[in-house]
Amino acid sequence: MIKISNAQLWVHDQDEALAFWTEKVGMEVRADATLPELNFRWLSVGPPGQVDISIALMAIPGPPVMDEKTGKQVEELMSKGFAGTIFLATDDIKASYEELKGRGVEFTEEPSERPYGIDSAFRDPSGNSIRLAQLSDVPAA
Amino acid sequence: MAFVPPARHLLRAKDLADARYFERLDVDDMAAAAGLSRAHFSREFRRTFGESPHAYLLSRRLERAAALLRTTDRSVADVCMSVGLQSVGSFTTSFTRTYGVSPNTYRAKFPPAASHALVPTCVLRFYGRPKTARFEKTAARPAASLATDR
Repeated sequence: MIKISNAQLWVHDQDEALAFWTEKVGMEVRADATLPELNFRWLSVGPPGQVDISIALMAIPGPPVMDEKTGKQVEELMSKGFAGTIFLATDDIKASYEELKGRGVEFTEEPSERPYGIDSAFRDPSGNSIRLAQLSDVPAA
Repeated sequence: MAFVPPARHLLRAKDLADARYFERLDVDDMAAAAGLSRAHFSREFRRTFGESPHAYLLSRRLERAAALLRTTDRSVADVCMSVGLQSVGSFTTSFTRTYGVSPNTYRAKFPPAASHALVPTCVLRFYGRPKTARFEKTAARPAASLATDR
């Protein structure tokens, strides 16, 4: 069986992203290791209680991985909010919304009824759009 | 107003410790979350959950610290601060008492944190390329110059 182990988000600053995802969203650090020989830091976070999936918070690399022009393009897409989305789910959207808002999370959409549940959206410090929904019980296909 | 079992208030304190252990949280904060005086809270917490709130908060922090020692390459001092503890000395003592070995010895029993970095071959190839590589063709030099080099 194939499962999802990691999703990936580009971030403009890994330390800032780490503080946001742990202190504001409430996730825990899954791995934080620097490979100096590659100038590469693997940083991942995940929700407590869901240990088999993590979000890798990736810094936009410079040359030789990405040429400067490509790096700028990714950075620009990210700051416009088009570099990817993570879809989160909660059992209680009202409580989660209040909790995150109270910690200073910038919501772009307040919780609203959708056919699939109650959905909302916020941004991480890099501009990535993160959705947070309380999903309705949908019968298995 | 519906009756709320007292344990529900205590659970709020437990949830606070689970969610915000990395802050400078103490038993007073937990008591406030439960809406009880500190002495009453401590007594009720122990009666309900079988351990003192201080012990619960510390065990939550030590559990997280152990995970950070296994999965990150942060220093012991960083790990200590990351779980809301202020004194590395007290942290080391509590950790050693709980896990039977010091934080450094505990870490040494596990594979290095870098083994958690899921660096696929394509990334290795990209990140591992030397930055200074030059592939321009070298201009042909005159034979006289080659002779002088010898």
